[in-house]
Amino acid sequence: MKTVRIPPALRSETEGKREVHAAGGTVRELLDDLVSRFPSLRSQLVDGDDIAPFVNVYVEGEDVRTLDGLETEVHDGSTVILLPAMAGGA
Amino acid sequence: MPSYRDLLQQVKAEIDEVDVSRAREIVDAPDERPLVVDVRELDEWTEGRIPGAIHIPRGNLESRIERAAPDRAQPILLYCAVGNRSAFAAKSLGELGYENVTSLAGGYTDWKRNGFPTEVPRSLDAAKRQRYSRHLLIPEVGEEGQLKLLDSRILLIGAGGLGSPASLYLAAAGVGRLGIVDDDVVDASNLQRQIAHSTERLGESKADSAKRTIEALNPDVDVVTYKERITSENIDRILADGWDVIVDGADNFATRYLLNDASVWHDIPLVHGSIYRFEGQVTVFTPHQGPCYRCLFPQPPPPELAPSCAEGGVLGVLPGIVGSLQASEALKIALGAGETLTGRLLLFDALATEFNEVTLRRDPDCPVCGEHPTITEYIDYVEFCSGRPTHA
Repeated sequence: MKTVRIPPALRSETEGKREVHAAGGTVRELLDDLVSRFPSLRSQLVDGDDIAPFVNVYVEGEDVRTLDGLETEVHDGSTVILLPAMAGGA
Repeated sequence: MPSYRDLLQQVKAEIDEVDVSRAREIVDAPDERPLVVDVRELDEWTEGRIPGAIHIPRGNLESRIERAAPDRAQPILLYCAVGNRSAFAAKSLGELGYENVTSLAGGYTDWKRNGFPTEVPRSLDAAKRQRYSRHLLIPEVGEEGQLKLLDSRILLIGAGGLGSPASLYLAAAGVGRLGIVDDDVVDASNLQRQIAHSTERLGESKADSAKRTIEALNPDVDVVTYKERITSENIDRILADGWDVIVDGADNFATRYLLNDASVWHDIPLVHGSIYRFEGQVTVFTPHQGPCYRCLFPQPPPPELAPSCAEGGVLGVLPGIVGSLQASEALKIALGAGETLTGRLLLFDALATEFNEVTLRRDPDCPVCGEHPTITEYIDYVEFCSGRPTHA
């Protein structure tokens, strides 16, 4: 299992959990597993067959768009960070 | 027993002297520029010097020269007011084994009389020396760094959650000029976190309120207020006032994309901070050296997926932490010290008390800072962030 860090803006979709475990060997498989368990995450993470353009997915601190995108391998013990943009400042 | 004049003549016969014209040639030579040492007293030095000279008073010359010039073969040009003290100094250095020492005949007086360039070294007065004493003790700041801070100009977008702590710490640090852009007024719901304001300022302009707080904290700071919302129409005018760093404490995506594009086009580093509930993000966008906001987030999320703090709430202390980190980054940029967060996004989770960091990379296809930019002038940022399809 791999650990996926859920940002605060998405926690209402994951029953308030800040981290969830997910199964899969690639980012695509992990996201599929997540979305199957928390279906309302789909519109927040996925756009067609790709990661939504306003969300970044990091594996070991690297943006998967600079790696192999959805096919980026995720090893056991790795942490995946989901990062949507936040604009708050006031 | 020789007189002073006899001794001076004797010393001058033993050393190498140059006149001011030759000295100017030597000083201007790009490759073999000598170490120029001013051996006068402190009060003479502070009134003006040859540019690039270092100051070692005659009385300390023998004890300090080795640190300034460890290599005995290093060419050294010594000067004083008229060339007498520097002649004795040259003799001493010769006795210490320095092989290539010359004394400026006629000294600084002749140099200045010829209209050659001089500079007046700046220093902190006694009051500033006391106020910034804890900075002066830090090698990375010191007097030179503090003078840099006093010369620096930092623009804050927003005098709210992030802008309050950032502006107060930048002011306390002695940043010479702070610009504050905010069109809002102080509301009771702000006071849970916006510490530049106070209960007695309810209804007052936030820019004015922040200015009053800053001036009470540090009268050295010149505060320029812009009581307007920053837009495509006014941003070039505001940036034309001359800013070294922008601190982004905005509360909406449209302003953040506008600031990003302006920062790239005006080549001004942008210190980014954002907050929501218990989490904060901080980074520095250094134009053309690191990624920009569009490299990080090419598109804003649809509004329904990106609640603001007004909608989702924020822990009051969180902007204190994130805004202080922004101030710290801005100060380092002004000082030219340390490593900034350029190329790194720092994530802070107050609930878990956890810092994480991810790597940010430049996107070669970035529409603003990429190799072939497709956005080269301000767009309709409100439309871009509305969630409706746009051409951008």
